[in-house]
Amino acid sequence: MDLNSLWFILIAVLYIGFFVLEGFDFGVGMLLPFLGKNDNERRAVINTIGPHWDGNEVWLLTAGGATFAAFPHWYATLFSGFYLPLFLLLMGLILRGVAFEFRSKDDNPTWRAAWDWAIFIGSALPALLLGVAFANIVRGLPINADMQYTGGFFYLLNWYGLLGGVTAVVTFLLHGAIFLSMKTTANVMERAQLAAKRIFPVAAVITLAMLISTYLATDLIERLGINPGIVPLAAMVAFLLAGYFTFRKMNGWAFTMTAVNIAFTMVTVFIILFPRVMISTTDPAFSLTIYNASSSQYTLTVMTIVALIFVPIVLVYQGWSYWVFRKRVEAKPEQLTY
Amino acid sequence: MDPLILARLQFALTTVYHFFFVPLTLGLSVLVAVMETIYVRTGNETYKRMTKFWGKLFLINFAMGVVTGIVQEFQFGMNWSEYSRFVGDIFGAPLAIEATLAFFLESTFLGVWIFGWDRLSKGLHATVFWLVAIGSNISALWILIANSFMQQPVGFEPAAGGGVVMTDFFALLGNPNVWLMFPHTLFSGFATAAFFIMGISAYHLLRKNEPEVFRRSFQLAAIVGVIATFLVALNGHAQAQHMVQIQPMKMATAEALWESEDPASFSLITIGDMKNRKDVFAIRLPRMLSLLSYNRLDGEVKGINNLQAEYEATYGPGNYVPPAIIPYWTFRLMVGSGFAMIAISLFALFFMVRGGKYEKYARVLKWLPYGMALPYLANSTGWILTEVGRYPWVVFGLVKLEDGVSPFSIVTPAMLWISLIGYVVIYSVLIVATIYLMRKFAKAGPAATDVAPKAGKA
Repeated sequence: MDLNSLWFILIAVLYIGFFVLEGFDFGVGMLLPFLGKNDNERRAVINTIGPHWDGNEVWLLTAGGATFAAFPHWYATLFSGFYLPLFLLLMGLILRGVAFEFRSKDDNPTWRAAWDWAIFIGSALPALLLGVAFANIVRGLPINADMQYTGGFFYLLNWYGLLGGVTAVVTFLLHGAIFLSMKTTANVMERAQLAAKRIFPVAAVITLAMLISTYLATDLIERLGINPGIVPLAAMVAFLLAGYFTFRKMNGWAFTMTAVNIAFTMVTVFIILFPRVMISTTDPAFSLTIYNASSSQYTLTVMTIVALIFVPIVLVYQGWSYWVFRKRVEAKPEQLTY
Repeated sequence: MDPLILARLQFALTTVYHFFFVPLTLGLSVLVAVMETIYVRTGNETYKRMTKFWGKLFLINFAMGVVTGIVQEFQFGMNWSEYSRFVGDIFGAPLAIEATLAFFLESTFLGVWIFGWDRLSKGLHATVFWLVAIGSNISALWILIANSFMQQPVGFEPAAGGGVVMTDFFALLGNPNVWLMFPHTLFSGFATAAFFIMGISAYHLLRKNEPEVFRRSFQLAAIVGVIATFLVALNGHAQAQHMVQIQPMKMATAEALWESEDPASFSLITIGDMKNRKDVFAIRLPRMLSLLSYNRLDGEVKGINNLQAEYEATYGPGNYVPPAIIPYWTFRLMVGSGFAMIAISLFALFFMVRGGKYEKYARVLKWLPYGMALPYLANSTGWILTEVGRYPWVVFGLVKLEDGVSPFSIVTPAMLWISLIGYVVIYSVLIVATIYLMRKFAKAGPAATDVAPKAGKA
């Protein structure tokens, strides 16, 4: 395997890590106003992700940085082409990050309610936008011979892109509801379990629609045939198992399955793309690939050495941080930090 | 308005705003780690309360640094896509390494620190904060490695298909500019933290509120303040000498030196006519600029007109003169604030050495909270000088602004307006919330941070 392919895989891994981890904290953020009926309960909801959300978000920053380093043209085309969606994404992430930190530092109910809604918007908007963005990336975009995206903002709001956005939102809602079932107690836990049960059928319909649409809207059949291989099937199976475990109240297993579903869905996205990184619908020859969009072999070598040393270290200590906070969070003020 | 101006304005705004929070993070992280370490070593509860009090203020500041930093990571691709293509082979690497080495470290361990007071042993909890401090400061190193390539490109060669490629990673790390800028930034961070602590401590000392906590805090800050402000100045001098070598135009505009001089004079004050490039009114100290540039009383310092001619010969026709009024005044504000900070730090140290009798020095101490503004002024003007003084280059000698900006057919002027207004609005709202919380907790003192946040009313 050449370094270009290795970096394609590494970037895929970073996005998988991001969606699996930030996926549940986006879900928790979206569920916050609905699952916490009083301030202590809402604080308990926030405290489940309090120690982790910032570390989770770094996966996205690292994915962005790695794209810049390994595939500068991909970074340049994507980030300038998706200017407004990314601007809105940034607004959401800015609001959300500050909201977690500021929310409980004042006891005025209006102050707290405002930040709670900031967390809601700051979680829902990025989830939606990232779904829209990735759906458009696999569907293909008008890209000219100079590697510039020429579609404008409204081109991205096509039916497949929007369906991708909705899919991301419901997937993360389910993932988050199951996470909360696992991490909270008493009333909040019960509401979270109920929410997961209610979200699952909706998510099932939307995921199925997304699956069928992907055959219609992308060049999946052309490239991989009607049988897409084991990965997307495994994603579907994991999704169904997540539902099964949710109804059996086996939250740990259900969470594992939504995580596997998200991971395999993202693997599918990257399988459809490979070896392209931005598909041109203007002319397939204009597509950006892991070769024409990449950095030099020298830079890729340097970056590979850095990644091979430091990514495992990151995985170890981030894993440790989850171990430290493995206990459930109770809605008792003396035990709450945020 | 010229869309290039909009793109530049947006970068300037978001970056200056981001850097408003960064220096305090850099310095205060280390000082809070020191406080917690003393607590762990001695078991002295005062240091635990100091850790919690300054730690709370640190967190409010840190959150703003983090969220405004996300914008930084994205906007090279969003607003400067052609620049990203041109230098991506080189510039992307330090950014990706920064995220991998530093962002993960500081974010993950800060979460553990905030929530881990009762879950970790004392020693481990303090160690975790050291990791946060190290992460923050490593982050500064990598972003300065990236920025230094823009100031003084090294370790590259032109690529076959346009752009540049990296040929020597270690040359990027060893870029002399890095090892002048990184210490300057670190010491500025310590100075910012020292003034922050001194200002708030003076406020409480004068009100006889928790004298034990604030006397010790003040002591630590005064010592750090003196050392840091002196080192910033010494280091800044070395940096200026380096600037004369690598970017003489920056120095020429910072000094309003229209024509080359040998020996060169230092401008005490100049009111210039930028259009015709001449003085309207000026007081200059003879030989002083040569002295500053070369540590001797003579030596040629090149002037704006000479450099413009030189650059036209090298790089082709065009305007190579930065808007001199900006480098000129930011240079003076930075250096002026720096010297004021040295003086204040010396006073603070003198005050501590003389026994810290705050009643006696109340008339001076009451001004210290206002002194907190000085490092912010110096930090911001320093960066504006560094960046505006590089005009018209994004990467000195390699990429000009108009060649680096995203094509206006892709990122249209309307989009630029939307994002510019969006950032201004959200940043304005957030700065109000930040200042509100900072004032509240700073004024309340350690009593408010000894307990967990209060339950809400709802």
